[in-house]
Amino acid sequence: MVYSDTAFRGSSAVLILLACVAWSSTLSRAQGTSQKAASTRPEAGLAAWQQIYSVLTTPRCINCHTATNYPEQGDDRHRHLFNVVRGPEGKGVPGLNCATCHQSANADSTGVPGANNWHLAPLAMKWQDTNDNILSSAAVCQSLTDRSKNGSLDGPGILRHHEQEPLVLWSFQPGRRRDGTARSLPPLTHEQFVAATRTWVDAGMPCPQNP
Amino acid sequence: MHTYKLTVNGQTRQVTADPGTPLLWVLREDLKMTGTKYGCGISACGACTVHLGGVATRSCVVPVSLVGDRPIVTIEGVGEDRVGRAVQDAWVAEDVVQCGYCQSGQIMSAVALLKSRRKPTDEDIEESMGGNICRCGTYVRIRKAIKTAAQQLA
Amino acid sequence: MSATTTLRSESSLSRRSFLRVSATAAGGLIVALYFDFPAQAQAPQPKIYPPDAFVHIQRDGKIVIQVNRLEFGQGVQTSLPMVLADEMDANWAHVAAELAPAADVYKDPVFGIQMVGGSGSIAHSFQQYRELGAKTRAMLIAAAAQQWKVSTAQCRTEASVVYGPGGQSAKYGELADAAAHMPVPENVPLKKASEFKLIGKDTRRLDGRPKCDGSMKFGLDLDLPGMKVAVVAHPPIFGGRPKSIDDKAARGIPGVMDVFEIPTTSRGTAVVVVADKFWTAKQARDRLSIDWDFSGVEPADSEQLRAKYKELAATPGNVAVTRGDLSVLNSISATNRIEADYEFPYLAHTPMEPLNTTIRFDGDHAEVWAGSQFQTVDQMAIAETLGLKPEQVTFHTEMAGGGFGRRATPDSHVQREAASIAKRYKGIPVKLIWTREDDVQGGYYRPMFAHRIEIGIGGDGMPSAWRHVIVGQSLVAGTPFAAMLIKNGVDETAVEGAADNPYEIPNFTVTAHHPTPNVPVLWWRSVGHTHTAFVMETLVDELASRAGADPIAYRRKLLKPDEKRMRGVLDLMNEKSASWRNHLPEGHAAGVACHECFGTNVACAVDVSIENKRPKIHRVTIALDCGTAVNPLTIESQFQAGVSFGVSQLMAKGAITFKNGHAEQNNFDGYTPPYIIDAPVAVDVHIVPSTEGPSGCGEPPVPVISPAVVNALFRLTGKRYRTLPLVSL
Repeated sequence: MVYSDTAFRGSSAVLILLACVAWSSTLSRAQGTSQKAASTRPEAGLAAWQQIYSVLTTPRCINCHTATNYPEQGDDRHRHLFNVVRGPEGKGVPGLNCATCHQSANADSTGVPGANNWHLAPLAMKWQDTNDNILSSAAVCQSLTDRSKNGSLDGPGILRHHEQEPLVLWSFQPGRRRDGTARSLPPLTHEQFVAATRTWVDAGMPCPQNP
Repeated sequence: MHTYKLTVNGQTRQVTADPGTPLLWVLREDLKMTGTKYGCGISACGACTVHLGGVATRSCVVPVSLVGDRPIVTIEGVGEDRVGRAVQDAWVAEDVVQCGYCQSGQIMSAVALLKSRRKPTDEDIEESMGGNICRCGTYVRIRKAIKTAAQQLA
Repeated sequence: MSATTTLRSESSLSRRSFLRVSATAAGGLIVALYFDFPAQAQAPQPKIYPPDAFVHIQRDGKIVIQVNRLEFGQGVQTSLPMVLADEMDANWAHVAAELAPAADVYKDPVFGIQMVGGSGSIAHSFQQYRELGAKTRAMLIAAAAQQWKVSTAQCRTEASVVYGPGGQSAKYGELADAAAHMPVPENVPLKKASEFKLIGKDTRRLDGRPKCDGSMKFGLDLDLPGMKVAVVAHPPIFGGRPKSIDDKAARGIPGVMDVFEIPTTSRGTAVVVVADKFWTAKQARDRLSIDWDFSGVEPADSEQLRAKYKELAATPGNVAVTRGDLSVLNSISATNRIEADYEFPYLAHTPMEPLNTTIRFDGDHAEVWAGSQFQTVDQMAIAETLGLKPEQVTFHTEMAGGGFGRRATPDSHVQREAASIAKRYKGIPVKLIWTREDDVQGGYYRPMFAHRIEIGIGGDGMPSAWRHVIVGQSLVAGTPFAAMLIKNGVDETAVEGAADNPYEIPNFTVTAHHPTPNVPVLWWRSVGHTHTAFVMETLVDELASRAGADPIAYRRKLLKPDEKRMRGVLDLMNEKSASWRNHLPEGHAAGVACHECFGTNVACAVDVSIENKRPKIHRVTIALDCGTAVNPLTIESQFQAGVSFGVSQLMAKGAITFKNGHAEQNNFDGYTPPYIIDAPVAVDVHIVPSTEGPSGCGEPPVPVISPAVVNALFRLTGKRYRTLPLVSL
């Protein structure tokens, strides 16, 4: 069901059985269609996922993947100042939209980051709980690969998203703060991030088990 | 230094400025339009609010290089519009202002709200006006004036 | 040039009044009034006053009234003209107001300098503006009577028209020239309160529309031909000076004119950048690389100060007031005692319009534009800095975007900076701008305070003994105000509201210590009352609680017998709030507080719940007694907005804290004033009807709101909050 033609034996089979039971039947999983799928081992896929997770949970990404009525900001991920709120479409509210301050590019002279269509990820794509605690690797992976939550993206869709989405690209060129210092970067470069995504997608987008 | 063509309150204006100059200071010093105010410079207070391409925007953090051809409406021009006029009239009728320095921004935010929600609830008002500071504290009358304007526009 | 007629009363060394009336070349009547206080009786000659003194009636009927103090939100630009226009029987629709420039004739009649503060706008100038209006009216009638050959007693006035006994009428504009030549009456009767047409009526502000359409110009908006802009790099620790300055990058920015040092009052030496525009100047300043010398300069630290203040509060200070016998405390058991320590942080004013001053120095003269609360003091300071006499400095009063005390500085530090800069640019106007960061970090805060109170409760549940120690910097030590405000080593501004509290406490003492850390301090809207009211009203509430008494009834009982006006506002507040106080929804609680300051008694009740771990103020009911209410609409506004301002003291990020000698906060992200969600949702204001002389409404709203909210919070959480701001509940 999940991993098509790779063989598991013994205790792994039990684990897989449990994993299958754990995933709800409403889940639909994207299938890797690449020719490389057969040759990308799941361990490589899982390792690639951990790399992806390490990027997703840096402040530059996770600050907008909140479970709450507000974005976060800064490396300490404090609640976004000035009473900014999510709004019905994750774009703020009239008078206080994301676009009220965030433009289509970084404003280094004033310290405000920017990219095209600055907005919050939908609640379906939350990677934190309502107390602003970061969700586990397993939970985030589940979220990312759930087509009913991820904007109906399949593997290649996710890869394209990581390659091209302006807000994703922004995370790797996040601009300067008001005091002139550079914002901190994710632990991978964009190229590395895309490569890890490719590996992971080729492996069939394996997710780690819940701990 | 670059030359930029800006559309401000329906008029084309040309300015030469350093690309990083915030739109606020281009308006105030190059175009001599001082209705838009400097309160903090970090988008915390909203005194600098204009409408840029129809979106309420804090001009103190938007470099002039990122404005493009989006039309700008400032407090000096917002009264040309039915909603803008209703808001200004309500502000006067309810005697909202005290020192008045924040009110250009308050009005620009309120106009954005009313253009989007004709009958804003208390919660709508709190959210949309939530990022504008009035140091004098005229918030009680701001709430009232928004409701008065909404009634006028109904 | 103008023809001048001067009339004097009997010459004497005691108080004299001069009324100078001039006709201008352009036509019209100008009326001036000058009080010569005994202190100035030595002056040999009356000074020459500027031509348009208080009232200018133009031929077309427009009446321009000069306001003798800054308008910075309090509404004086409307209410003082109302007073004058009422006695004058002017048509209000014809009235315009201007902020008067600095001149002797505009000095505050009580304080003797041109200023605004102490909630004195109406209180001090009410009588003055009434007399101006009445005398102007009398001269207009005299002019008409002369033309019609009737007696003045046969004439009456209404809405800028004089009417004669035989159906004659003449508009004020038509009469102005002739009226200017009439003798100025020495005494004129004033209206009875029942005759007021404007005073006491809700009147919308004259400056409302311009403040809503972008046309009102504030000091920061000033633009003059050839004007330059200056920003200053201040030493990060007050009193520091540059050791070395690398300005290569700064000077490399096109438009930068110069970089140089200037002395500053408490802050050592600062570095100035002058450029053609603000953004250029600011960029250049950001690119300065300055190595600062802090030798001999004490770096203030909030944690150290807290510990030191707490230590001092445990020892008696200089006596502000003492009565009875405090040793009775020793015989009161612990169960009948309250011992409480209170802490208050430094507070910044942060008026919305950042500080600014524009000066053009011409060698033998200077012209100044500033939104100043202290024109006389500032004019003198600028003159001194420029080597001029004050009368050589023309000082325009600009509309100001808030002040709250910040624009009234005894040392005129911003004006002195501006003058030092302008001195180098003869003939060129230079606008000095303090950025918001300069403002938040620049000092002149409401001082940090610590209180220690020991109360002994009598058998009747009332406090029988009260020992109160207050620790905090003196505002006026070392300034010309010291003689007036420091008695027995106690700065009155530190103890007001506690030392003179209205409660009947037989054995009572307040003493004070005034440490001197390296932080400039200043009066912050309601001054000493900002902290003393919080202490008094939370402790009285606690006493009421312990006595099992209703907080309003307890206060009524505890008030001194002659506190009629305070009882009056308590009763009115009770009447107007009882219905909602007794029907609060689940999760809500009510809190009350009352306090008098600057002559005005205030009582309030608040409806509070806790939302997102913060106090949510749903409703405030306020009752106040300010004597004659000149403009009830303004008064309502002052109280609705004033309590919203007062909430500043409760904000989680409402403290300036010092580390390594400078404030840790630098803008609204770190020091956050109330936004709309922090302010009360609804505020209803009730004014006790009165014909007593008016007292102020600028500061009285501020002290009551914090204790009222905290008293409500106690009912929700069971906790007593004695440290401000409320970081967590």
